[in-house]
Amino acid sequence: MQQIINFFLRNKVFLLYLFLMFLATVFTIQSHSYHKSRFINSANFLTGGIYNSVNDVQSFFNLRHQNKLLQEENNYLKSILYNSQGELKNAYDSTQILGNYKFTPARIIKNSYALSNNVLTLNKGKKDSIKQDFGVITSKGILGIIDKTSKNYATVLSILNTNIKISAQLKNTNHFGSLIWDTKSPNIVQLTEISKIAPLKKGDTIITSGRSIIFPKGIRIGTIENFKLDDAENFYTINVKLFNDMTNIEHVYIIENRSKEEINSLLNNE
Amino acid sequence: MNNIIFSYSIRFIVLVLVQVLILNQINFLGSINPYLYVIFICLFQVNNNRMVFLFLSFLLGLTIDVFSDSGGVHAAASVTIGFIRPVVLKFCFGSVYEHQTIKFKNVDFGAKIFYFIIMVLIHHLILFLFEIFNLSEILLILKKTLFSGIFTILLCVVTSIIFSRKT
Repeated sequence: MQQIINFFLRNKVFLLYLFLMFLATVFTIQSHSYHKSRFINSANFLTGGIYNSVNDVQSFFNLRHQNKLLQEENNYLKSILYNSQGELKNAYDSTQILGNYKFTPARIIKNSYALSNNVLTLNKGKKDSIKQDFGVITSKGILGIIDKTSKNYATVLSILNTNIKISAQLKNTNHFGSLIWDTKSPNIVQLTEISKIAPLKKGDTIITSGRSIIFPKGIRIGTIENFKLDDAENFYTINVKLFNDMTNIEHVYIIENRSKEEINSLLNNE
Repeated sequence: MNNIIFSYSIRFIVLVLVQVLILNQINFLGSINPYLYVIFICLFQVNNNRMVFLFLSFLLGLTIDVFSDSGGVHAAASVTIGFIRPVVLKFCFGSVYEHQTIKFKNVDFGAKIFYFIIMVLIHHLILFLFEIFNLSEILLILKKTLFSGIFTILLCVVTSIIFSRKT
């Protein structure tokens, strides 16, 4: 017994090192797996608060650019609104719209695009009934999926994250595959598992497929930069150039699918 | 004693804030960032309680991790260089370290740079190994280690020159 205690006392520094290294490894592995419960995230009141107050100042310098983006989006929406006849009469009265998807505006308070697993922080949280697995988009295209939420803040797994897979398809035909990221460039993501017979052309648009219950169908993602057959020559791997400039985003929209629970319970019953 | 604790706390907080609010957003040439907070571990006083020092290194890394949503990669790298620091010190400064009389402001400048280089490169290697977490990408890991390392070492040397008080 005495010897065991002596052993621990003699090697206490090394044992403490092993213990701390073990903790760090556990945290790292958790961050590399999708939606594992973890407490090391930036959606807590301290980091969220600091990022929020610093972003309040930083966003001033970007106002002109963000205003222009919002105006472009307004322009696009107005052109749809006034060019469609009749059916959208009540579009300005938001109480009349009781669709399947609920949108919540939010602001990015921490952006990240240089790591291999990028996580963003938003200024909306449980207080605004934001939950895990809600989709996040910008005015130009897709952004990511909500991961952790606290009272006032939420983290987003960006599409620039190796843990995330999003179902996407070609706009012209219904060939679909999954969207992944090879960590090389923040503007290019990869669309894999597109079947060999799909007609591909450079510059074709890629949209979300609506096969997952997170995103509705038809959210724009990007255009085809180039494509090649994989080693087995059965599927295409396509480099997709994103519409979004991932290095400069501020205003985003969170999408809630109202019929998600119904679909989930249906799937679980089978 | 209180004075020392106070000054190290201030240094800790300032380094964390500078790291997460400024340096993490540089992204030079796409993804090259300096990790200046390493200087806290490098320039910690030499005659310390090793348990406390190890724990402080871990805490520093973990704080950076919480801010950058990176799991435990900074914590792992920091605690490792905290653990091997005595060996590196002995290797770089030799007899001065043996007598426990080392003061970072009056050691040989060349030896000090050499010491920074070793500490920073080991830190970055472990950092990127854990961040990418895939041994088949070893070339990418080494490339990132080298480029970020150069950036960090430069910044560490400049910072230590600017903030060293001449008596």
